[in-house]
Amino acid sequence: MMFGLTPEATLIAVLTTPLAGALLIALTGNKPNLRETMTLLTASVTFALVASLYPLVMAGGTPRVVLGQMLPGLELTLLLEPLGMLFALVASFLWIVTSIYAIGYMRGHHEENQTRFYLFFAVAIAATLGVAFAGNMLTLFTFYEVLTLTTFPLVTHAGTPEAKRAGRVYLGILIGTSIGFQLVAIVWTWTLTGTLDFQAGGILEGKVSGAVAAILLVLYVYGIGKAALMPFHRWLPSAMVAPTPVSALLHAVAVVKAGVFSVLKVSYYIFGLDFLSTVATAEWLQYIAAATILIASLVAMTKDNLKARLAYSTISQLSYIVLGAMLAGPLGFIGGGMHIAMHAFGKITLFFCAGSILVATHKTDVSQMRGLGRAMPLTMFAFLIGSMSIIGLPPMGGMWSKWYLALGALESGKLFLVGVLMASSLLNVAYLLPIPLRAFFGKVPAGEDAPSGIKEAPVPILIAISITMIGCVVLFFFPDPVYDLIKQLVM
Amino acid sequence: MNATHLPILQIIVPLIAAPVTVILRRAGAAWLLATVTTWVAFAISLTLMAHVLNDGPIVYSIGGWAAPWGIEYRIDKIGALVLVIVSAIGSVVMPYARLSVGKEIPEDRTYLFYALYLLCLTGLLGIAITGDVFNLFVFLEISSLSSYVLISLGRDRRALTAAYRYLIMGTIGATFYIIGVGLMYMATGTLNMTDLESLMPSVIDQRTIYAALAFLTVGISLKLALFPLHLWLPNAYAYAPSVVTAFLASTATKVAVYVLIRIIFTVFGVTHILEILPSVQDLLMAFSLAGIFAASAVAIYQNNVKRLLAYSSVAQIGYIILGISMLSTLGLAGGIIHLFNHALTKCALFLAMGCVAYRTGGSDLSDMRGLGRRMPWTMAAFVVGGLSLIGVPLTVGFVSKWYLVSAALEQDLWPIAGLIVIGSLLAVIYIWRVIETAYFNPVPDDAPAITEAPLSMLVPLWVAAGASIYFGIDASRTMDIALSASQTLLQGNLP
Repeated sequence: MMFGLTPEATLIAVLTTPLAGALLIALTGNKPNLRETMTLLTASVTFALVASLYPLVMAGGTPRVVLGQMLPGLELTLLLEPLGMLFALVASFLWIVTSIYAIGYMRGHHEENQTRFYLFFAVAIAATLGVAFAGNMLTLFTFYEVLTLTTFPLVTHAGTPEAKRAGRVYLGILIGTSIGFQLVAIVWTWTLTGTLDFQAGGILEGKVSGAVAAILLVLYVYGIGKAALMPFHRWLPSAMVAPTPVSALLHAVAVVKAGVFSVLKVSYYIFGLDFLSTVATAEWLQYIAAATILIASLVAMTKDNLKARLAYSTISQLSYIVLGAMLAGPLGFIGGGMHIAMHAFGKITLFFCAGSILVATHKTDVSQMRGLGRAMPLTMFAFLIGSMSIIGLPPMGGMWSKWYLALGALESGKLFLVGVLMASSLLNVAYLLPIPLRAFFGKVPAGEDAPSGIKEAPVPILIAISITMIGCVVLFFFPDPVYDLIKQLVM
Repeated sequence: MNATHLPILQIIVPLIAAPVTVILRRAGAAWLLATVTTWVAFAISLTLMAHVLNDGPIVYSIGGWAAPWGIEYRIDKIGALVLVIVSAIGSVVMPYARLSVGKEIPEDRTYLFYALYLLCLTGLLGIAITGDVFNLFVFLEISSLSSYVLISLGRDRRALTAAYRYLIMGTIGATFYIIGVGLMYMATGTLNMTDLESLMPSVIDQRTIYAALAFLTVGISLKLALFPLHLWLPNAYAYAPSVVTAFLASTATKVAVYVLIRIIFTVFGVTHILEILPSVQDLLMAFSLAGIFAASAVAIYQNNVKRLLAYSSVAQIGYIILGISMLSTLGLAGGIIHLFNHALTKCALFLAMGCVAYRTGGSDLSDMRGLGRRMPWTMAAFVVGGLSLIGVPLTVGFVSKWYLVSAALEQDLWPIAGLIVIGSLLAVIYIWRVIETAYFNPVPDDAPAITEAPLSMLVPLWVAAGASIYFGIDASRTMDIALSASQTLLQGNLP
């Protein structure tokens, strides 16, 4: 174990390290260099702590820590298990990369209130890791809500009327669905079963009637508004008003993945895959997820603003994971779980590139990016790699998750879902690939000056982009660590 | 320490301290005496709570005269809990009061403020401790009369009309209560609660008793501001001095709720009065739900933040009564825990507004523009209180919502569970209006330069805000008390 800590202590340290980091950031707020050192240091220590737990999970260990008794009979607990391990690894690793990136971005873009930014960022990461290691549904819900609230100041960082409006949509939908649906579902589960613990095979089977289970499933899936299943997806494009590092980490990784991760957790540990496959509404939710995949892709094609396009692409990709969970079979579940990691690396690369372009050229629209490839070759090459991973082309990691999702769809005998996945990949090609291709081969439109005086973005940004870009490729050749984690659950 | 006389000391200490402040006259001395007195009262109530938890209910006969001839003080779990709430809130606001009162009330009248404050405290504690329905009326009047005057001390001249309105409504409520007590006395010949309880089954089919219940329910509902009998409350809270608002909002209506619980579940307890007269239960449920929605909706449109919070109080009282009207252990426990939780939350919120008023001189939304930067600690406490009103996890509001929703689901009261959560979403809207104004609106150009509130106000504010977090994370102890208080009250008669 890391630093000679027991697994239980490590779990607690994983949560407290970012919080301690937040404190250090606040204390060193007037010395930017020291403050950024603190961020990087905290992020690295957090990742090291998370990674040190990996061998234990692979050996089948599931340490549990009780943080305290919140209500009579209901505890706040942390539990280490494979799915949470995967999410925590992805989130904590990408926090390091994003921190490097943020240094270049926030300074290059002359953002204000940077201390507040880094502080809430660290707290949000702590909440994300809390979601990842939550030992029961109450704990998960608690950290889920903390994540919503601590990311609100990040989303509205600019403080403009536009940011205020976006913040309203963000908070309105996320709090509205979580209190309106998810809380009711959780309390109801508690009333029916007397437990909220995550147990393999679920806790509902045999305790609820088919109709109640059907309603509960809908309440859970829509109550997890962070999964952005249509029609509760509007918060995600709104949140793009945030600075790019926030969009990158929180809205390609932490927040949205906390959503789909919760969907996977609920499917596996509350319902149990066997029971889930008998729930009537699971099939309906498959259709809704399929519809979200296609509709969001189509909307993405109409968006000229690059971040908005990526946001709709995220909505579409998230529904892959929801679909994987609702298929309720081992292969679909593996695909959904792997997609957490694969999509995270692909999408964060794309967001990094969008921010890089913004910092270097102050351009936000796709139509302005013709010919940029010559001025910003690395950024645009990374964009190509990221796009290919999202589309699911080899040699990028994104291929594997789509592969298993398609197998899962076949396994359930629903051929048309395979068709939906394929159609979606084609749509991804249509809205993503033209961007790097036009950047490299496109002609600058007549009447406009060729991009001149544009250089690549600051070095920290390029470092971060390179890391995630390489990550996309590495995950193609070495997907085993991810695959093995989830395989533990379903095989 | 010999604990036998603690029940009477709980009342006597503040009662005697009140006239002493008048003799002292000097503002500083009066404040010091009032502070020490409240802290002593708090210590006594904690001791009483410990006794009740360990050894069961405490019965104390005043002057050694046994009930039903003499007056009896009777403290069980819920009584002890209310004593702790009242004296705890009293102790938290007192250190805060020195500066706040000094600014809002002319110095030559300050000693009167502390005298009335102590009398009000005495009355509220007395209501919670007594086992005699007429003695309860006396304490009710002590607390009410002193609170009318306390409210009228507000700086704004509208405080006078607000206090007058409260006086009229409050007096009607108290009169209804005493008529109800009179009718019960007519039928049973006793005023002692335990006696009434045992005699009630033999007279329960009399019209007199039904009339008594009607008068009692309406009278108490006026005092606790159940919608639509809440009209006195918004202006009273909005124009009273900040300390008075924080104290009364957290205690006065809560004590009135306690009286309602006492009457329904102790005095009428064994008769299952609400099952005999289900229309009373239905009415309480309907009015509480109407209150949650109507008051929350009105709160959304308020421009004075103290009025906004006052309407929110009416809505929150709706939640408490809703829990009670479910007539189950879980529902009643949810109501009781919300009584405690809402007291903490509203105390923090009104204290925050007191800090705002101390620095800006107003409590309108427009006074709060840009305050997030200028008074960060005050506004952070406001955010904590606001989140608790919404019912976000890790705050006390979440605990209340959890039990109210589970009580509703337990009885398959589906729509009600839905309405409870929708009600919390209305709270998001009115709280977020304030938060957006404080954090997103720029500081107006003509605003006076202001800084954070003084430490002696911030510390009490954060004690209240911190308690709203602490008892939200570690709610098992308070919840155990609420659950067992609820079981005792229901005496195993109901689910």
